[in-house]
Amino acid sequence: MIARQTAYRGSALWIAAMVHRVSGLGLAIFLPLHFLALGLAIEGDAKLESFLRWSDQPVVKFAEGGLVFLLTVHLLGGLRILVIENFPWTGGQKQLATLAAAISAIVAFIFLARVF
Amino acid sequence: MNVRLYVWQRTTAAIMAPLVLVHIAVIFYATRQGMSAADILSRTQGSIAWAAYYGLFVAAVSIHAAIGMRNVLTEWLPLMERRAGRYAIAFGVLLFVLGFRAIAAVVLP
Repeated sequence: MIARQTAYRGSALWIAAMVHRVSGLGLAIFLPLHFLALGLAIEGDAKLESFLRWSDQPVVKFAEGGLVFLLTVHLLGGLRILVIENFPWTGGQKQLATLAAAISAIVAFIFLARVF
Repeated sequence: MNVRLYVWQRTTAAIMAPLVLVHIAVIFYATRQGMSAADILSRTQGSIAWAAYYGLFVAAVSIHAAIGMRNVLTEWLPLMERRAGRYAIAFGVLLFVLGFRAIAAVVLP
């Protein structure tokens, strides 16, 4: 009975919904830190510059690549939801969700290729 | 999620879609040769356009993220809706305040 109730889990569109939620959660957790980092400019250019030099570390750049992926996948996933809800376009959603993930991975990869 | 929150969630999403696209383009532009404080501030300081763009962005994301956080809290944690709503409002206010502080930091000369 429980297995039948949770059979939808693991389907492409369930994974897409989960990716949308988890990416949104990740971005929401990151945003206050992003704002605090930019807010360093209040204390002077040197403070912001010092933070930016700290962010040159490879591990930080990889994290930034992850954030670019989260932002892009959340944008494309959100656009898919807006289209489904507002237009008579319901076909090919699994393919669209897969395409959204693929485009996001490519965008993040290009970002990483540029910053390294 | 009630209808009012649903409409706010979707409206802020629609507002932010083009803003996020531009933001991604800015990220790519800003990181083309490494980022420096002087580079960022030379673009933003005294710019009413950047202040308006990011002001709208911060206002929309504060509402959007707060409603999303409320949904996560009510669906994934054993929290009553009222308590989840209070945490979500606090989170939205935090984003709004920190976001506008960040804008002031990079726009005001």
